[in-house]
Amino acid sequence: MPEPAPSIAEETNENAIALKEVEGLSQGQIVRRRFSRHRGAVISMIVLAAIVLLAFTSVGFVIGDWRVPGWWQYDWAEAVALENNGLPTLDVFHFVVGNHPFGQDEIGRDIFAVVMRGTQQSLMIMVIVGFIGTFLGTVIGAISGYYRGVVDGTLMRFTDIVITIPVIVIGAVLGRTVGIAGAPVLALVLGAVVWTGLARLVRAEFLSLREREFVDAARVAGARDGRIIFRHILPNAIGVIVVNATLLMAAAILIETGLSFLGYGVQSPDTSLGKIVSENQVAFSTRPWLFWWPGFFIIAIALCVNFIGDGLRDAFDPRQKRMPSLRALAKAKQGGSA
Amino acid sequence: MTSFVVRRLIASLVIFLAATYIMYVLTALSGDPLADLRTSTSPQKAQLIASRTALLHLDVPVYLRYFIWLGGVGKCFIGQCDLGVTIQNQPVTVLLGQAASSTLQLVTFASLTAIVLGLIVGITTALRQYSSYDYGVTFISFLFFSLPIFWVAVLLKQYLAIGFNDFLSSPDIPWWFVAVASPIAAVLWAAILPFSGRNRLWTFLAALGATAGMLTYLKLTNWFTYPHIGVLGLAITGTAIAFGVTGISNGLSNRRALTAALIVVGIGVAIYFPFLYGFSFYLQPWSFALLAVVTLVAAFFIGWRLGKPDRAPVARTTVIVAFVMGLLITIDRLMYVWDDYSASERVKGRPIATIGAMTPGLEGSMWVHMLDTFTHLLLPTIALILISFATYTRYSRASLLEVMNHDYIRTARAKGLTERTVVVRHGFRNALIPIATIVAFDIGGIIGGAVITERVFGWKGMGALFQYGLDNVDPNPVMAFFVVTGSLAILFNLIADIVYAGLDPRIRLS
Repeated sequence: MPEPAPSIAEETNENAIALKEVEGLSQGQIVRRRFSRHRGAVISMIVLAAIVLLAFTSVGFVIGDWRVPGWWQYDWAEAVALENNGLPTLDVFHFVVGNHPFGQDEIGRDIFAVVMRGTQQSLMIMVIVGFIGTFLGTVIGAISGYYRGVVDGTLMRFTDIVITIPVIVIGAVLGRTVGIAGAPVLALVLGAVVWTGLARLVRAEFLSLREREFVDAARVAGARDGRIIFRHILPNAIGVIVVNATLLMAAAILIETGLSFLGYGVQSPDTSLGKIVSENQVAFSTRPWLFWWPGFFIIAIALCVNFIGDGLRDAFDPRQKRMPSLRALAKAKQGGSA
Repeated sequence: MTSFVVRRLIASLVIFLAATYIMYVLTALSGDPLADLRTSTSPQKAQLIASRTALLHLDVPVYLRYFIWLGGVGKCFIGQCDLGVTIQNQPVTVLLGQAASSTLQLVTFASLTAIVLGLIVGITTALRQYSSYDYGVTFISFLFFSLPIFWVAVLLKQYLAIGFNDFLSSPDIPWWFVAVASPIAAVLWAAILPFSGRNRLWTFLAALGATAGMLTYLKLTNWFTYPHIGVLGLAITGTAIAFGVTGISNGLSNRRALTAALIVVGIGVAIYFPFLYGFSFYLQPWSFALLAVVTLVAAFFIGWRLGKPDRAPVARTTVIVAFVMGLLITIDRLMYVWDDYSASERVKGRPIATIGAMTPGLEGSMWVHMLDTFTHLLLPTIALILISFATYTRYSRASLLEVMNHDYIRTARAKGLTERTVVVRHGFRNALIPIATIVAFDIGGIIGGAVITERVFGWKGMGALFQYGLDNVDPNPVMAFFVVTGSLAILFNLIADIVYAGLDPRIRLS
């Protein structure tokens, strides 16, 4: 018996179910709802929050001359007497944390405190690079895409020039120049070189959005360029920007740790996760814990940020529909004919 | 076509010149090149400073010094490259010559492997979207994506190299390993291959048997001491590859293609012994390259002759099969010298190298040197591949999924074409278009990764040259590094554009 083709009524019905799901919700609510459905992203969000909390409360932090103390007993710079030859006291199976959960280095610094301080620095650099890079990329891409013509040509050639130089190369050159000025300056400088990819994407988005009717309507209504860019076009391009901002941050932490490893990133006496790995790679065979923990935190942070980016991509992409697999289709077909 | 390439080249060259200017100025301003002399207590301090100033033209402002450098580079067009001198008065051109070959080898090798692996895995995951295989690969590629390359490199050095070398000193596969590894491999195969129900059980059993048999064979023949593929292994693998490539590329119902592929395998098996014990001893690198080209051309003609009426796809299949056969025979030839290499004076039974790009003072035939290069390339390549592999997997998966949702795929299925034709001809080909861009774009990332990897593995490559220049605030070595890598990036972009036009008939290059 031939199967009846789905009628038009049936198809509209299917659409109605899809629409019902988002009925009466604002864009923000839809995005939040879709994001919370991405299990990996939600878990990553919780883990990342925990890492941030742990890093900043445990050893405290420094803002200018003002030092906020933390609940951990040791400082990242002070060397104390070696206990148990610096072996880590953390024992997950017996719930023992001990005095030096991540161990000590050869001069007796508590590695937990050092890693927490490194995590703080790396997180801070990641956020600053993310913000600066996103800001520059969005502004340059938006101006380029909105005004087109000579402005676009000039800005995009400039983008091409910057993109020709690998990020790690220009980062190393700039890091060598400003690294001594401290981590925040390094982050600002790195932010100034990572915006290129985002600028191209935002430009493409603006080029297509500026031709849409609502932009014409706004222009006819007398809106000025600034208002059209910020109030009308930018909110529609926010998906691309947010997703790429997270990916930029994930890349930023790897670039920073890589540069610090090469010696062009964060400079002593300051520290970062990459710098800890770099300092301790020769000690790997004798004191592997000096190497494991900073690496673990780099991976944990980068992985969390990447997963959050993936969740955001799913949440912002309205075309994302769960397509049934061939096997599911075959199963449905069997079920239908039985 | 020519005018397009020329126009593109000129445009890239202008952009590249601007980029070199920025790099030169930034590097020159990144510190004080006389810092070590200023603090020195040498009695001839003033004289030293004066001589270095004269050597590096430090009296010329940076903005103009660039043009002195550019003039030297310009001489490349008349065959007398002059990339300046380092702070210790060594000509950079000579240093670059030594450094470039090892880095380019590493970058090319890593890129090609990552592209092939990434495409295969990306496409299979896209075809099996939302399967456990897909989720597993997604997680792994996110993990690879988040790995700091220097950290992985140190781990590889510590565990893979030293561990494997320890294993090789008394290579015996314990029975418990066979018992544990076979079911794991079988589960993986059952998850990867697209079967369900009873067929999946058969897959599991077949993979279990194959892995266990393979491991037992390796164990009983003491394979790791005397590695080989052998004529039987070559015949079996070759036949499997002939069937596999024909099955994917032409369909097994295309008897002509299958016959042509099997003939190529037959020829490969026939020249196995003459090659292994005969003329391979007389080969030089250039004649080896020539032989490789001749092999591929011959395979092309076999496919072309037998492939009527649809010649090109058959010729493609035979070329691929011939390439793989050639690769297998070469690997077998390399394994033939394995024992000599491993036991040699310089290697001392620890063949997987952790430092440098070659064993200094190693003596032996071309094959020994080739093997030496590969053992040195192994770890850095793995470290570099991990990250690019993740990128390529994600992009090829997304790209194929996007393509497979198009209407023309539905049309192709509705026409009654086989799933193979739909996926390979209509899907895969179109999915390659965006991937070509990513590959060209990613080359910068691979070069950046190479700088870090070279440092961990102690290669005296271009990364070291770059670091040396940067540490001494000497733009010449840095610029030499940048000129080579930048040209590479431009070249890859150009290739991507041409591939683009080849893949997408809507794009015309003129």
